[in-house]
Amino acid sequence: MRKRSLYNLFKFGGLLSMVVFLSSCSNLIVLDSKGPIGQEETFLIYMAFALMLIVVIPVFVMAFWFAIKYRASNKKADYQPNWAHSTKIEWVIWMVPIAIIVALSYLTWTRTYQLDPYKPIQSEVKPLHVEVVSMDWNWLFIYPDYNLATVNELVVPTKTPLSFKLTSASVMTSFFIPQLGSQMYAMAGMRTRLNLLADEPGTYEGHNLEFSGKGYNTMHFDVLAKNPEEFQEWVKQAQQSPDSLTMPNYMKLSEPSTNYPVTVYSFVVPGLFDHIMSKYMGWMGSHENMKMDMHMPKDHSSDHKMHMNHKTMEDK
Amino acid sequence: MFGKLQLSDIPYNDPIIMGAVVSSTVLALVIIALITYYKKWGYLWTEWFTSVDHKKIGVMYIIFALVMLLRGFADGIMMRAQQAMAAGADHGYLTPHHYDQIFGSHGTIMIIFVAMPFIVGLMNLVVPLQIGARDVAFPVMNSISLWLTVAGGMIMMISLGVGEFSNTGWTGIAPLFEKTYNPGVGVDYWMWAFQLAGIGSTLTGINFFVTIVKMRAPGMKFMKMPLFTWTALTTNVLMILSFPVITVALFLLTFDRYLGMHFFTNALGGNMMMWNNLFWMWGHPEVYIVILPAFGVFSEVVATFSKKKLFGYTSLVYATAVIMFLSFTVWLHHFFTMGNTPDVNIFFGITTMMIAIPTGVKVYDWLFTMYRGKITFTTPMYWTMGFLTIFVIGGMTGVLMAIPPADFVVHNSLFLIAHFHNMLIPGALFGYLAGLNYWFPKSFGFKLNETWGKLSFWGWTVGFIVAFAPLYVLGFMGMPRRLAHYDNMAWQPWLIVAAVGALIIAFGIFAQLVQLFLSIKDRKKNMDVTGDPWDGRTLEWMTSSPPPDYNFAIIPKVDELDEFWAMKEKGVAYKKPKKYFDIVMPKNQPHGVVIGVLATAFAFAMVWYIWWLAIASLVGMIVTVIMIGANDDMEYIIPADEVERIENEHFAKVALAQANVNKNETEG
Amino acid sequence: MNTDITNLDAAKARELEHAHHLEMKTFGFWIYLMSDLVIFSVLFATFAVHGKNYAGGPTPQQLYDIPYLFVETMFLLVSSVTYGLSMVAMQHNNKKMVLVGLVITFLLGLGFVSMEIHEFYGMIMSNAGPDRSGYLSSFFTLVGTHGTHVSFGLLWMGIMMYQVVKRGFTAEVRSRLMRLSLFWHFLDIVWVGVFTVVYLLGWMGVS
Repeated sequence: MRKRSLYNLFKFGGLLSMVVFLSSCSNLIVLDSKGPIGQEETFLIYMAFALMLIVVIPVFVMAFWFAIKYRASNKKADYQPNWAHSTKIEWVIWMVPIAIIVALSYLTWTRTYQLDPYKPIQSEVKPLHVEVVSMDWNWLFIYPDYNLATVNELVVPTKTPLSFKLTSASVMTSFFIPQLGSQMYAMAGMRTRLNLLADEPGTYEGHNLEFSGKGYNTMHFDVLAKNPEEFQEWVKQAQQSPDSLTMPNYMKLSEPSTNYPVTVYSFVVPGLFDHIMSKYMGWMGSHENMKMDMHMPKDHSSDHKMHMNHKTMEDK
Repeated sequence: MFGKLQLSDIPYNDPIIMGAVVSSTVLALVIIALITYYKKWGYLWTEWFTSVDHKKIGVMYIIFALVMLLRGFADGIMMRAQQAMAAGADHGYLTPHHYDQIFGSHGTIMIIFVAMPFIVGLMNLVVPLQIGARDVAFPVMNSISLWLTVAGGMIMMISLGVGEFSNTGWTGIAPLFEKTYNPGVGVDYWMWAFQLAGIGSTLTGINFFVTIVKMRAPGMKFMKMPLFTWTALTTNVLMILSFPVITVALFLLTFDRYLGMHFFTNALGGNMMMWNNLFWMWGHPEVYIVILPAFGVFSEVVATFSKKKLFGYTSLVYATAVIMFLSFTVWLHHFFTMGNTPDVNIFFGITTMMIAIPTGVKVYDWLFTMYRGKITFTTPMYWTMGFLTIFVIGGMTGVLMAIPPADFVVHNSLFLIAHFHNMLIPGALFGYLAGLNYWFPKSFGFKLNETWGKLSFWGWTVGFIVAFAPLYVLGFMGMPRRLAHYDNMAWQPWLIVAAVGALIIAFGIFAQLVQLFLSIKDRKKNMDVTGDPWDGRTLEWMTSSPPPDYNFAIIPKVDELDEFWAMKEKGVAYKKPKKYFDIVMPKNQPHGVVIGVLATAFAFAMVWYIWWLAIASLVGMIVTVIMIGANDDMEYIIPADEVERIENEHFAKVALAQANVNKNETEG
Repeated sequence: MNTDITNLDAAKARELEHAHHLEMKTFGFWIYLMSDLVIFSVLFATFAVHGKNYAGGPTPQQLYDIPYLFVETMFLLVSSVTYGLSMVAMQHNNKKMVLVGLVITFLLGLGFVSMEIHEFYGMIMSNAGPDRSGYLSSFFTLVGTHGTHVSFGLLWMGIMMYQVVKRGFTAEVRSRLMRLSLFWHFLDIVWVGVFTVVYLLGWMGVS
């Protein structure tokens, strides 16, 4: 029970300082999260800072206090040139940091499982699947549920778990929507996963955070979070789009370019994501005989034994 | 004949690059002309370039580091200027391609060609003196290490004007650095410069490890070693065990790029994640390689200027050792976001946080050394105070990033940049500059100017805060690192502030240069005649400043931790020995500098595919190494009477100085 | 730690200093071997990661000729024994036997390197070169790095034979022969690892 109340105290303190901080700096979008994942992560940042201040504040106090008090010109101060050991002090300076790190380790232990980007978000609502392909230097978002695709703009419904699969058609990149939480690398020949959720409608920025060459600085995109109804509306409109992502169109799209205009495709050639991935799957051994299913389980279970499989099969 | 190299590889039409090239070439020509005019080439060759004296090698390392610091800082301020301008419609003054080379060369230079040579230079200057030795274990190898590092630096400088530099950062980015995505010579320049310096560092590590383990003065047990020597020892262990990893990683990349192999490619069975692992298996220990000796400097400085024994010596030694071990177990925290399982992330997150424990203990030990002391605030002490306060902030953000889910939102953002600069500037660089001010009189026989030293401190400290605090904020604003241009206008004010911070740091560097210049000009006023300008505690302060070639006429016997302090307390310091002996010292050898020149030629030839030159210089290097083994003329003898003459001169000076002090005291 | 030499006469002191210097060289050489071991460890790790990335190319079973490799291995193992015999002869100051031992070791080493080059040549010619797949890249690099070490060992051995003839068994030459001995045995041990991990396990389809 006491642990619980201590925890609540921290939570309260964290939230309070968060409110104060945010009201002064409304641009700190990482800390102004619009989804549960990001909010938990923000909270973790405040908790960690609060705990560490226990060590840091005394350092500041002592540094200035000792420097002023024991300056050579202060003849009144105690001077003991051979005083160099105190078991009591040694205990304190080892034990306090250890205690704090133990507390932080506990937090790390629980929160890392809880905020595992691979873990699907529990919800009544059926998740939206998005397949993300990073190209030189544009983002392709495929919606397998609707057979749609967009370039350089991601449209998602609010209050709906978003289940991303990521790969790269070229070099390594990192997919990040600061206001929703966690980033994840996208790598050629491999599939990584990310689960996010947007609580409120709005336009959020998305970035590539891993330097990827000449067009890197243009690799940002808008994320439009819409109410589920509006999202369905958007899907209907999108399905009317004259553009379709056939193989030749994809080849054209994947050529290096920057600032490719936002495009909506009403048709995506089936299995495009897997095709892009398999292009670089030399590490899988003799991939001629490879069965795609074997390596890429369709359901993404939260079971961590499964996860160990990702380790060898997906992320390698 | 010239491989791929063509006249068009020299970027004539880029005024910024050509400006830098022309100004550095003119500067080099002026220096060469001056040396020729004053007929100093012979002197430089016999007394410096071929020197195997650790004291001179140390000085050369530090001069090299300071020169490269100017180049690295120029890169830094160019980035700050670009980012302050390049928002929205304004694209700044650099093209993305140029900007992308600058962040790579800034990082490579600062880590490999500033931090490493600076720290190795300080080790060279101080370690043999602190352990009461006459030289390092392998003096010729020491010279080879120096010249390999310089060769790497030369390759960096050549890349400025001939061809281009890598656009894949100082860490290399797989698979972006592969031939498919980077057919130019930039990556090759980076790879070879890094490779040469890395091999030099492995040799240094072996050399100093053997020196410290095998050449300590009689009686100096491990737990009686000064703390700087301890940190040097742990750093050497890290160098021996981690540098081979980067050597291999760079060779694998070489094979990928030159022979079409598939180590880090994304096709045909390459594995780009392997690069991240190998790089950081070296890269993380490397962080401690450059920081631990700085911790050693702070330990010496804080004890000396508090006129007090170091608090918790045993704790500090164990803390250092724990950091050394843990530094090998944390590399994965550089890529928590690669899709690892939570178990893996948790393991590496917790080991990373554990490093904060010994580091925190160290900070408190230094604070308690000040407690009940008698502190004089000299320039080295200023740097130490600046370190103690600013460094803990960086430690805090570091522990934050060790928590995987927290890292997920700040990784690869400017928050990360702010964090590691917060570690490396107050943590490492402040330590080096403290060490420079602290040991300068030992090397040259006069103290550095205090006023300008303190101005330099304020420039760096205030500049650091103004330049990097905004980057923490920008990290929370979601700004990615390495952007040549951005559209989010909310970032710009903070980046302008950061650029102003960089200008304040520029003042700090300027003050540092003025300090050196004025101190050399007014050296007569600041002479250190006794060899002990700070009332020091350890053996290096026992000999004259600068020390004679042989360091110690008689190797001291050690009973205490702060042996020299104890000798002064007992009144046995500066006692003439009964008898002097002949001293055998290593002779200067040209092999190091020859290998350096050949290595530069080899790397340049490899970058441009000039195969005949590459083969010739490689064979030349092998032959040079064989010739070291065949060389019998390695030593010379300083006769006992010569030693006696030098020592008597020093004792006379000390006696005069002590008489002056006594006179002043009775008069005052 | 350095010994205290203040109470000794000059000649004795110098002798002790030289001995101490050679001892440091041996110690330093051990440390070098440790860092070299790191190099091989990293290459083994790389092989462990890349070893199955055939990328549709040839697999170990199609490439390795185990009897051939057994002979190659024997060359290296026996050379370690002959080097050891040479060192025993050095204890007895038997210059002739030392040289005979070194020549035999040299020839065995040369045989090993030649067989390896022949193996590599055959693989490259049959379109199984290091650029074919991640597996072959890591194979050629690990085995080739060992082979390069052996080649440098041979160069060193040649120089040592010359020095034994020219200078006889001075303290320096003895110390160098001992260091070369360490190096040679070290390469032998590494080869046992290579043969087991790369060839045997690969051939059995385990690695």
